[in-house]
Amino acid sequence: MSLRGPNKAARVTRSLLMLVVAIIFAMPLVWMAATSIKPESQAMSQGLSLLPDPVTSAPSQAAANYEAVLEDPTVDFPLYMRNTIVVVALGVFGCIISSVVVAYGLARVPMPGRKPLIVITIGTMLIPFPVLMAPLFMLYAKLGWIGTFLPLYAQFWLGNAFSIFLLHQFFKSLPKELDEAASIDGCSHWQTFRHIALPLSRNALAVVVLLHFTYMWNDFLAPLVFIVDREQFTLMLGLQLYQSKAGQTPWNLLMAASTMTVLPVLVVFVLTNRLFTRSSMSGAVKG
Amino acid sequence: MSAAGRSKYAGLLWVTPWLIGLCVFFLAPMGLGAYYSMTDYTMLEPPLWVGGDNYLALLKDPVFRRAVLNTIIYAAFVIPLSVVLALAIAGLLDVDSRLSRLVRVLVFTPTVVPLVASAMIWLWLFNGDHGLINAFLHMIGMSGPNWLGERGFAMAALVIMALWSIGQPVVIYLAALQDVPRELYEAGQLDGMGPIRRFVHVAMPSIAPAVFFNVIIQTITAWQVFAAPYIMTEGGPDRSTYFYSHYLYDNAFLFQRMGYASAMAWVQLMLIAVCILAIYAVTRKLWSTEK
Repeated sequence: MSLRGPNKAARVTRSLLMLVVAIIFAMPLVWMAATSIKPESQAMSQGLSLLPDPVTSAPSQAAANYEAVLEDPTVDFPLYMRNTIVVVALGVFGCIISSVVVAYGLARVPMPGRKPLIVITIGTMLIPFPVLMAPLFMLYAKLGWIGTFLPLYAQFWLGNAFSIFLLHQFFKSLPKELDEAASIDGCSHWQTFRHIALPLSRNALAVVVLLHFTYMWNDFLAPLVFIVDREQFTLMLGLQLYQSKAGQTPWNLLMAASTMTVLPVLVVFVLTNRLFTRSSMSGAVKG
Repeated sequence: MSAAGRSKYAGLLWVTPWLIGLCVFFLAPMGLGAYYSMTDYTMLEPPLWVGGDNYLALLKDPVFRRAVLNTIIYAAFVIPLSVVLALAIAGLLDVDSRLSRLVRVLVFTPTVVPLVASAMIWLWLFNGDHGLINAFLHMIGMSGPNWLGERGFAMAALVIMALWSIGQPVVIYLAALQDVPRELYEAGQLDGMGPIRRFVHVAMPSIAPAVFFNVIIQTITAWQVFAAPYIMTEGGPDRSTYFYSHYLYDNAFLFQRMGYASAMAWVQLMLIAVCILAIYAVTRKLWSTEK
């Protein structure tokens, strides 16, 4: 790379453009957070300032807004937060345990019909949830699951297509010699899996946990369809209820509630963004 | 044990949970749906066989046609715009610098934001009287519309919002771009190509498969758009943002027409398959004429 004139100008232009892109993409979340710490009157005035006036009122105004959200008499956010944590924890736990076993079997243990099963697994990822939701609702109603959390997590205990697919790709990439050495040593498939492959798959498992956590935390349509009891609402249902409830919810409070639901995923994402971006490439390009 | 564990059927035991899962949560609902789609079913009374009536009724249903059309309009804007925008951003970020790495994270962030929260944020940004977007337009001397309350603008607002979560394609294009040999760029430069022509003629051929993949994914996504219009416009104004999945949802859970909704679900699957096949055919044709 030389430092000649036109090159330098090109680089400065590129940096400026990148800054513009950064501002545009960050703006909605920044504005959400900014609105959440303003008093209602200032949120509604057409200023572009990010902080309340006077600036020193920010901490107390923020505390007041978030407290108002948490203590809302009709929308019980602490309860919805607990519900969400329970559902997500059960779903992610079941998904990881079953998917890792299924994926290892698909990738490394001999069986008839492996190819068609892989094709079917990928095929199910292409079926949109709206296609399944009406018959699933009737199925769950027959099973007596409506009114419980089971429709939101039970199916993941039998595996999740995307997780199986990602882990299958990973196990397939392990060198064949690993199996052969283990089998010469008299290891069964299970022992090879348990003592060799599983410890190696820590990163792949972390990716699956992250993606499935985000997916379940963010999901709106499945809870909307299957959860009928307000006591069992998830955070996303709660947020929607908060916005649509009788009497307009003030924007500063709605943004405070939104910030609360976004924050957990955002924190996890910021701490692990490399895993995230890398995994969304591997699923696609190598597939 | 060890001998049995190494038989050529041993893997079946490993995938048993998933085989059951596939049957219970995919095959059974699809089969049930196919059956219900041939019935009149309100959930309160047992299903009543009506044969192909639901499918025929769909053909004559003006709201169904409206929903299909809206979904196609939405897809026709979102998909090409997001391809162009994601390619442009990926090309822009295809340098190794600290700024570029930071911007990549920022561009990807919206894809992890829950759709319900995004809907709230954009509801606020697009607010006609107090929203940031109109405040900005006012600042540069324009007067913004009442975005979500006017035909056309409501659709545009949903498209703009969808373009915000473009992170996944950007990351995929970036990965594909990084596989393009640098020597090819330099050769192009020596031949006097500008940066844009170099992008089109040198980089494009190697990222075409990634573009194809993304277009397919986005086509499927477009057919299931639900949360944003459901929350932000409720399909309005005047059904101008009433999408396929929203109408399906309303039929199933608002109007209690489970049979009709099940027919819609099967038609949705067919429409998606047709779209994918059409995209595949067009891509192949483009490919072969290029070579």
